[in-house]
Amino acid sequence: MTDINKPSEPAECPSLDVQDVVKRAIELNDYSYLLAQVPYSQFIGMSVARFGDEMVFKLPAKDDNIGNPVLPAIHGGVIAGFMEMSAIVQLMVFMQAKKVPKIVDFSIDYLRAGLHQDTFAECKITRQGRRVANVNINCWQNNRKQLIATARAHFLID
Amino acid sequence: MKINSDFFPLTEVATRFVNQLAQCRRLGLSVQEASEHHVLIKLPYSQDIIGYPDTGVIHGGVITTLIDTTCGTAVVCAILKKYQSLEISPTLDLRVDYMKPAEPNKAVYAFAECYRLSSSVAFTRAIAYQDSIDEPIAHAVGTFMRISPEMVGEDFRQALMGNLPEVKND
Repeated sequence: MTDINKPSEPAECPSLDVQDVVKRAIELNDYSYLLAQVPYSQFIGMSVARFGDEMVFKLPAKDDNIGNPVLPAIHGGVIAGFMEMSAIVQLMVFMQAKKVPKIVDFSIDYLRAGLHQDTFAECKITRQGRRVANVNINCWQNNRKQLIATARAHFLID
Repeated sequence: MKINSDFFPLTEVATRFVNQLAQCRRLGLSVQEASEHHVLIKLPYSQDIIGYPDTGVIHGGVITTLIDTTCGTAVVCAILKKYQSLEISPTLDLRVDYMKPAEPNKAVYAFAECYRLSSSVAFTRAIAYQDSIDEPIAHAVGTFMRISPEMVGEDFRQALMGNLPEVKND
């Protein structure tokens, strides 16, 4: 029973049906629709393209994403955020998620400086259990074989 | 309690360092305290960095950026004090464990320390929290590679050191 006089709970926004958003994105084969729901992905300016079973994520060169101004290079945290968001989208699309997966841990190794240019990422769901998923994420710029960073992450899914 | 920033003399140089990073300016990061032992940085809440639109919780990637910046600044401060040299150390690896989601509409703080500085690698750890450091949002460890001070551009050095008096080593 709901008491209308009770002040409404602050954060929760019932209008967003995650499963519906994912379904629509898959039907339209337009994942920008999915990314548009997440302010942070707009903040860093990422996009995604799907080729059959493969998804490639893109982080276009953007001045606001620079960390080291000397090289200049993309902020390591932005690369990590981009890779984390990529893993979340990959999980949502291939699981037809009802909710946004929650990050549990994220471990990143930086292999080369991420220069001020377009950056790409691909994810591999290593194992998906009932409650936890393990995802590996690789990130590169000019050459897919020369990774700039590699990461692994655990997400809670239900 | 508000701690006098005179007590942490590296706060100014740490502030200038963080302000040199475009992404950090964009996020509105501000250095609260900095010494050769620790760095404390504040991340204000913003609608732009939401990662979970159903709850308004900020994206884990922002916490990672905050922690990476705080650990990196701690390394800069530790090297500055120990060797009187300005080095920008790139991150080698970083692992973040997320204990609980950050509460919306509240700032997040990251506290980092460089607990070991060797000739080629700096080891750091950090905690991100909101109300109390005893109720962490995230916990992290990161290592940073030391590079030659010549790799720091002259403009950057000027921007950071300005007319700051030489740091004395006791």
